[in-house]
Amino acid sequence: MKRITIDPITRLEGHGKIEIFLKDDGGVENVYFQVPELRGFEQFCVGRPVEELSQIVTKICGVCPGCHHMASGKAADAVYGVEPPPTAKKLRELFYMAHFVHSHIAHFYALAAPDFVVGPTADPALRNIIGVIEKVGVPIGTEVIKQRRIAQEIQALLGGHQTHVVMNIPGGVRKGLTSDERDDIVKKAEGFVEFSKFSMNLFKDVVLGNQTYLDIILNGPYALKIHSMGLVDANNHVNFYDGKVRVVDTEGNEICKYGPNEYLNFIAEHVEPWSYLKFPYIKAKGWTGFVEGQDSGVYHATPLGRLNAADGMATPIAQEEYEIMYKTLGGKPVHNTLAMHWARLIELIYSAERSLELARDPDITGKELRAPLDNVPSEGVGIVEAQRGTLTHHYWTDEKGIVTKVNIIVGTTNNNAPICMSIKKAAEGLIKKDTEVTEGILNMIEMAFRAYDPCFSCATHSLPGQMRMELVLKDTKGKTIRTIKRS
Amino acid sequence: MKEETVQKPKLKLAVYWGAACGGCCVSVLDVHEKLLDVIAAADLVFWPIALDTKYKDVEAMPDKYIDVTLYNGAVRNSENEHIAKLLRKKSKVLVAYGSCAHLGGIPGLANFTTKEAIFKRVYETSESTVNPDKILPQTHFEVDEGILELPEFYNDVRSLNQVVDVDYYLPGCPPQSERLLEVFMLIATGATLPPPGSVVGASEKTQCDECKRVKTENKKVKRFYRPIDIKDDGVTCFLEQGVICMGPATRAGCGVRCIEGNAPCRGCYGPAEAVIDPGAKMLSAIATMIDSNDEKEIEKAVETIDDPAGTFYRFSLPASILRRALV
Amino acid sequence: MEFKPTIVAFLCNWCSYTGADLAGTSRMKYKPNIRVIRVMCSGRVDPTFVYKSFREGADGVLICGCHPGDCHYQEGNYKCLRRFKLMKKYITQMGIEPERLHLEWISASEGKQFAELVDSMTERIKELGPSQVKQVAETLAI
Ligand code: SF4
Ligand code: SF4
Ligand code: SF4
Ligand code: FES
Repeated sequence: MKRITIDPITRLEGHGKIEIFLKDDGGVENVYFQVPELRGFEQFCVGRPVEELSQIVTKICGVCPGCHHMASGKAADAVYGVEPPPTAKKLRELFYMAHFVHSHIAHFYALAAPDFVVGPTADPALRNIIGVIEKVGVPIGTEVIKQRRIAQEIQALLGGHQTHVVMNIPGGVRKGLTSDERDDIVKKAEGFVEFSKFSMNLFKDVVLGNQTYLDIILNGPYALKIHSMGLVDANNHVNFYDGKVRVVDTEGNEICKYGPNEYLNFIAEHVEPWSYLKFPYIKAKGWTGFVEGQDSGVYHATPLGRLNAADGMATPIAQEEYEIMYKTLGGKPVHNTLAMHWARLIELIYSAERSLELARDPDITGKELRAPLDNVPSEGVGIVEAQRGTLTHHYWTDEKGIVTKVNIIVGTTNNNAPICMSIKKAAEGLIKKDTEVTEGILNMIEMAFRAYDPCFSCATHSLPGQMRMELVLKDTKGKTIRTIKRS
Repeated sequence: MKEETVQKPKLKLAVYWGAACGGCCVSVLDVHEKLLDVIAAADLVFWPIALDTKYKDVEAMPDKYIDVTLYNGAVRNSENEHIAKLLRKKSKVLVAYGSCAHLGGIPGLANFTTKEAIFKRVYETSESTVNPDKILPQTHFEVDEGILELPEFYNDVRSLNQVVDVDYYLPGCPPQSERLLEVFMLIATGATLPPPGSVVGASEKTQCDECKRVKTENKKVKRFYRPIDIKDDGVTCFLEQGVICMGPATRAGCGVRCIEGNAPCRGCYGPAEAVIDPGAKMLSAIATMIDSNDEKEIEKAVETIDDPAGTFYRFSLPASILRRALV
Repeated sequence: MEFKPTIVAFLCNWCSYTGADLAGTSRMKYKPNIRVIRVMCSGRVDPTFVYKSFREGADGVLICGCHPGDCHYQEGNYKCLRRFKLMKKYITQMGIEPERLHLEWISASEGKQFAELVDSMTERIKELGPSQVKQVAETLAI
């Protein structure tokens, strides 16, 4: 048996490694996606005052610190049984929308676009953001950098620290917004809406307008029939900051819909001895292993998963685009992994529209920022939708609010099993008996993985000329059979 | 006039993460447009967040091939340690970049607990985990197709200089991108660098020196408060409101970011001077503030400080004298 | 083998050290387990002195200063008292039994009290057994 090791695969939250085992005839026997890392926040947050956690847990991920900050802030509210005043909630959501705008822009342009705008099997030296800029023009490239930076500036304004935000405190937020600052944000948010519409059109022209790409999206080895998860509001519309978690099955029927406090009734996590990252699954279905289908316990919580799990979008332009996508792809739910990129752009439009709504909301400059903490702290769960999946923080404290126990299910963790399966499926579809494993094939395997990962990947293709990858095919005794390089 | 164009050799730069959150790598990206200047002055030869250079490629580099390596993240497992040693060998200058590499950082809080307790919590007792067979991740595990390997998770977290020699420290969680640029430009222009072992990209002053909050000299309190206990007026020094702020013992350089967001400083820029124990100075400063000579009253004031170890050593437990809790 | 604790004692120059001296010159018998370090004032005992002592193998740390009101630098012993209370809380969090750190006021004439203090503290530390700090720190560099 031959073995392909890709180490490190780093474009995920932390470190990663892929092991592909090939049959003697060259076909794929099995694939393992291993996460070699663990830091243990669940244990070392114990003993800390609960209001400090929102600043500690941002360090779980410096790419989506805002998500952990929000989930933590909401969990700490719940620990104190307190509801933040409307202004505080809206400020938090406004911050969060800027967080989504920045992340989704980065993902689409720096990560996804190189594969589609430049081409999945194009020269890797060109298959990066610079190549994208060459194709679409420098002004657009500059605009991308600018919009991402503006989104970050809004976050820094509301959140204090530009990366590891300090905004939340149990019962509300630490800082309000002046009307001048608000006016400025309104202008910026108008820019987001324009830019997100522009991005969607670009996607339609360049990607959907190209029969080859459309073929890859629809007919490539990139479909996974699993259940879909996402946070929805009272109308079952996609929401990132608040609501209930809804899961629909492979046919689009609701399996469950739960509030933060009930998550343990619906979700469980499985452990494998070959990865430090656990594998969440739908409790009612049980852990069924790495299999697809209606009876499987595996679900995904991704842009596409969220759109599948919801009945629509809460803002007008995003809703239009939502309808267009499902009409084009033949109805709900969609199982084409690469449609995640499309879904992500619809979410970008929603985040932009929603930030504008919030910035224009008269409450946003309100002065009531914190609700008093009148209850004895005990236990609470906070859930938000992170860019890469439903994020759950669950804290227990003593009567002084000192943390006694923590449980966290991180966004990416939700997609651990699907990522493993997608990589395997792509590898199986692309590496057949006697296939020559080329660089292009490797990239197409990576595309399966990349679709899930909106963060670290954003940087993947951002630098010119340096992309190198090496695959070493070894037999099980470790003897190198063949080395494939792309440089 | 004939123009002479001497092509200065480009710097070879590497960025690596150990037990990190990615924020340090993002801070490198957050130089925004300036990233193009960086790329103009340096070739990035290894940067897992952005490039597909593999460990093998690094191993194949001649010793001291890399001019500057920015290592971020703490040393938590055997892979972090192995790569730290590898990069030390391959680099002329090794920089501990960010609080995790500098002092152990937030992952270093794990030195309050043990590997066993972490594994037990994460893989066994966590409420959402179903693991009747008590399966734990294994460093070597035999599957049908062969053996799968994982790095060994250590019991203790270490800062980078506890594993290899470090030339410079660039503090912060993460370092401010502007500070990185300043240091980078120094290196790129070939300016004389401070002596090895120095902290770069930060000030000699303390946070308090840069903080705009109103302060008097009279920092005296009968008791301490947590941020949740007070209605912060947004103006008065946190310490004078009785809230613990690491400002007096923390190096300036971040632009008092957290305080700008109305949160007290937690000390990510590390101690203001070369001290052997980052939290000791803060402990002394806080104790001095207690406005009483009466033993009982002092005791009561101390009681109002929740989690002193986790506060004074929020970013530096592994770099402290005691290094870990006995558990 | 019988456990012979090591206790590092920081004695202020003006009162406590003289008190200890008196115990010596008066040929009072007390346990040989202390290693005396003379400091100018108990207020001079930096927390790092205490942590370093533990880290380098002390099983207990004793700080002695002048009685309240008698400190030759006015406030030094009060400063010390405040730090001491906070240090105790800190070392407890670090898993070190708080009894391993002790503060006592000893005047220049209290030789007997000093001798008794050393004996009683030695007994208490014996009961606690050896401190693990040094040993654990040595295994850190896996
Ligand atoms: S220093 Fe801070 S930003 Fe950098 S890796 Fe560590 S936790 Fe993340
Ligand atoms: S203690 Fe904190 S709030 Fe007060 S001046 Fe210093 S940095 Fe500012
Ligand atoms: S205020 Fe303190 S904790 Fe915040 S970034 Fe600056 S040094 Fe770090
Ligand atoms: S001089 Fe003795 S305690 Fe100050």
